Amino acid sequence: MNRDQLAHWKGVLFGNRTSYGVVFTAILYALLIAIGFVYLYPLLFMFVTSLKSPDDLLNPMVQWVPTELFLGNYEKAFKVLDYLATLASSALVSVVPSLIQTLVCSVVGYGLARYQFPGKTLMIGLILATFVIPAQSTVIPQMLTYRDLGLLGSLWSLILPALGAQGFNSAIFILIFYQTFLSLPKVLEEAARLDGASDLEIFIRVGLPAATPAFIVSIIFSIVWYWNETYLTVVFLEGGVQTLPMQLSKFVQAYENLYPPGVVNVLDRLNEAVKLAGTFLNILPLLAMYFVLQRWFVESVERSGITGE
Amino acid sequence: MNPTRQLRRGEMRHGTREALHGYGFVLIWIVGFSIFTLAPLVQTFIYSLNQVTVEATGVSTQFVEWANYSRALFTDPTFVELLIGYTIETLVSLPIILIFSLIIALFLNLEFRGKGLFRTIFFLPVVITSGPVIKELTEQGATSTAGLAQVQAVADFLAELPGSVRTPVEYLLTSFVLILWFSGVQILIYLSSLQKIDKSLYEAAAIDGASAWESFWKITLPSLTPTTLVIAIYTIITLSHFSENKVLKYIYGQTYAVEGGIGYASAMSFVYFLVLATILALAFLLLRPSAGPRSP
Repeated sequence: MNRDQLAHWKGVLFGNRTSYGVVFTAILYALLIAIGFVYLYPLLFMFVTSLKSPDDLLNPMVQWVPTELFLGNYEKAFKVLDYLATLASSALVSVVPSLIQTLVCSVVGYGLARYQFPGKTLMIGLILATFVIPAQSTVIPQMLTYRDLGLLGSLWSLILPALGAQGFNSAIFILIFYQTFLSLPKVLEEAARLDGASDLEIFIRVGLPAATPAFIVSIIFSIVWYWNETYLTVVFLEGGVQTLPMQLSKFVQAYENLYPPGVVNVLDRLNEAVKLAGTFLNILPLLAMYFVLQRWFVESVERSGITGE
Repeated sequence: MNPTRQLRRGEMRHGTREALHGYGFVLIWIVGFSIFTLAPLVQTFIYSLNQVTVEATGVSTQFVEWANYSRALFTDPTFVELLIGYTIETLVSLPIILIFSLIIALFLNLEFRGKGLFRTIFFLPVVITSGPVIKELTEQGATSTAGLAQVQAVADFLAELPGSVRTPVEYLLTSFVLILWFSGVQILIYLSSLQKIDKSLYEAAAIDGASAWESFWKITLPSLTPTTLVIAIYTIITLSHFSENKVLKYIYGQTYAVEGGIGYASAMSFVYFLVLATILALAFLLLRPSAGPRSP
């Protein structure tokens, strides 16, 4: 084997200027698959278990392939969660405050990025502080006020803070818009001003279109975070609007109301398969949204500079 | 704008006008902050100094000075124990999440076939991680690493360790998968700042004969220092605000408990806030970018 051949084979194995080489590629895929498995395993486990009949659950031979396609768990979970109604209110609870919060944060972020005014540094500091303060330190007086106003259990208890840019993780969204508008060239704004546009018109005509990636990121993340949030929703909405995560967290209780343990036969007792069917129904809408919006999701994050400074 | 232009009647100086328009845009935040953050925060602090009873007609308070605080810190054994547990868990999880998400981001920044598929999988946790879901998955054993902590040899080894070391190691073994589930957003942030690093830096380094390994330590890592700080802060806060957090659940339970009450819960939430702020300050001191350039 001459020297050229040796160099060629070394390149194939360990990489050269144009490829990573067989060894590195193999290690890369092995690691990626192993880590991907860590993320997929709970989902697979949940999905498979939720399809097991009570017999399959007790049978130690049945691990990954149920003997029959058993949808009874889903039927029960569907009823226990009162799925369609809860799904609708969950969608409402996450979409409405998200849209409001995103719009308000874009206005605030624009003001911070495009204007100089006294107290701006202090304000940015306070915005960061709102992200750090745990909800526990502000939630009780809010709850008592809502109780007095009769808003406890209604969607307004989430909409009002979102209107004041104090919604869930608002600070992050303000910073995303702040960064986006900072990088907008001043020339565009001045051109519009020469055309006689007012500040508000400039914001709507020049600012908003330039911030499309930031809007996509904010709306998607906002919806996901509102959907998954349980602490605030439990405090503000309990006794009124029910969301899917709230309903899931009291699954056992709700199940035993529908199927009292002493009355129903053994096969209808609550088991982990039914619980996991409920969990799967819970994340199904988000999974669907994620797979549909997946491309936008990742790309707009990469373009909108979620990094924050 | 031409500064020498003569001011028309009723026209303000440019700076003043700009400031006013600026306030116009951020006014909604100032109002929201006062009503929904500042006022409740002050009110919670006042509650924490009082014995609070909720009645049908309203809230009655009785001033008790710092009694709620001393009860939380010196009398209540559960709260302090939970606080220590929370601190250990955060300090163990943080470096793992940072290193893990950096490695994944470095992988995803490479060009290879099937990248889109892996990217989709790795961002899944961002979408589905919520308190009740994580709780169900943990309870049904879907997140434990095949019961590693139950293996006899591991259990024997753990029993040999002194208590202060054992708790973090045990936590690590039982919750490793769970920790990885908190890395989704972090991977995204690392990935987007990796893509902002100037490619010509790597080319220049390669011409000077630097290996990929050297480029990583001399270019990639230093460029990522500000990002790492952002991610560390984000991680600490997410872990602390997570609804399955044991301290939070305890405080929430005490709010409605007969022996606890709103005053006591308020005091605990301020103590918790202080601990969280201390951890954040620690992370900031360790990771701040102005620590000077790395010696070659």
